[in-house]
Amino acid sequence: MKWNIDSDRPIYKQLIEQIEYRIVSGLYKPGDKLSSVRELAMDAGVNPNTMQKALAELERSGLVFTVRTSGRYITKEIKVIEEVKKTIAFDEIERFFEKMQSLGYTKREIISLIETDKERGQENDKHPNSN
Amino acid sequence: MTNILTATDLSKSFGKKEALKNISLEIPRGKIIGLLGPNGSGKTTFIKLVTGLLVPSAGEIKVNDLDPGVETKKIVSYLPERTYLNSWMKIDDILSFFEDFYPDFNRIKAQNMMQDLELNSNDRLKTLSKGNKEKVQLILVMSRDADLYLLDEPIGGVDPAARDYILNTIITNYQENASVIISTHLIADIEQVLDEVVFISKGQVALTASVDEIREEHHQSVDGLFREVFKC
Repeated sequence: MKWNIDSDRPIYKQLIEQIEYRIVSGLYKPGDKLSSVRELAMDAGVNPNTMQKALAELERSGLVFTVRTSGRYITKEIKVIEEVKKTIAFDEIERFFEKMQSLGYTKREIISLIETDKERGQENDKHPNSN
Repeated sequence: MTNILTATDLSKSFGKKEALKNISLEIPRGKIIGLLGPNGSGKTTFIKLVTGLLVPSAGEIKVNDLDPGVETKKIVSYLPERTYLNSWMKIDDILSFFEDFYPDFNRIKAQNMMQDLELNSNDRLKTLSKGNKEKVQLILVMSRDADLYLLDEPIGGVDPAARDYILNTIITNYQENASVIISTHLIADIEQVLDEVVFISKGQVALTASVDEIREEHHQSVDGLFREVFKC
């Protein structure tokens, strides 16, 4: 997964989101050791102090913990990860609804559109070669 | 720990022209700072005052609490906007030259970086392209184990891939007791490696803030804010 710092929002916040995403999607597994601040900063192409700030924030929210002298690890508490996953999902849904509403759809219409799309998706699954 | 750099009411005039007016700045250690401003705003003048190549007309400048001079030159690694190396020299000659000149020069580090950027140590400088010359010079400067790096327009002439490499070099070299000052107007390319930015406008400090403070308060990138503040 590539780091993607491109919006105008604070860089440390974008780093937090992308590390969270790596954790909930399973790219970083519970209990995994994280690379050093410098390595992560280099990888993301960001200032080490900014990476440090993002990791401190993740530590405060419980997704990451530090073992003195040995480094930083991803939490082993699945519940914490699930919570974050849900928060991200709700944020995504909210953003989706906002966009659809700006296109002029009501909530009900949006939901029925999703149902239609799901059926279409299943059709396609059955006939992978047809368009 | 003392600030690596302190400027107090610093002014510099060339004849009647005031290039810098009452600049006061404190740069702590362990920071990567962007010195940003339009052409002719005084960035290079400021850097030359730090190196001791220019002397202030008024006010003072201290590097590690000392006036710029022999002692500060030992701890300041400076990349000028223009090259000063002899073009007949081979890269290898220049490495020896730097090794002789600066006790803190790390030749192995320089050779590794030359290799990464596919620069041949037997090539003479005059046979290199403009961009490759700039790379050589930057490698020399970043291979010193200095307390303060002054980079005047370090990435202007190099291609985007080399630019990434150079920025990575700056991040990797990052030391808690050393600071890096980068003057540039290519802000979008470097803003994510900066801690703080100093906007200079017409010889005065227009703004000092951290990159994320600017993004938080102005809801735009440093590049965006710069374009707004210095709109022509």
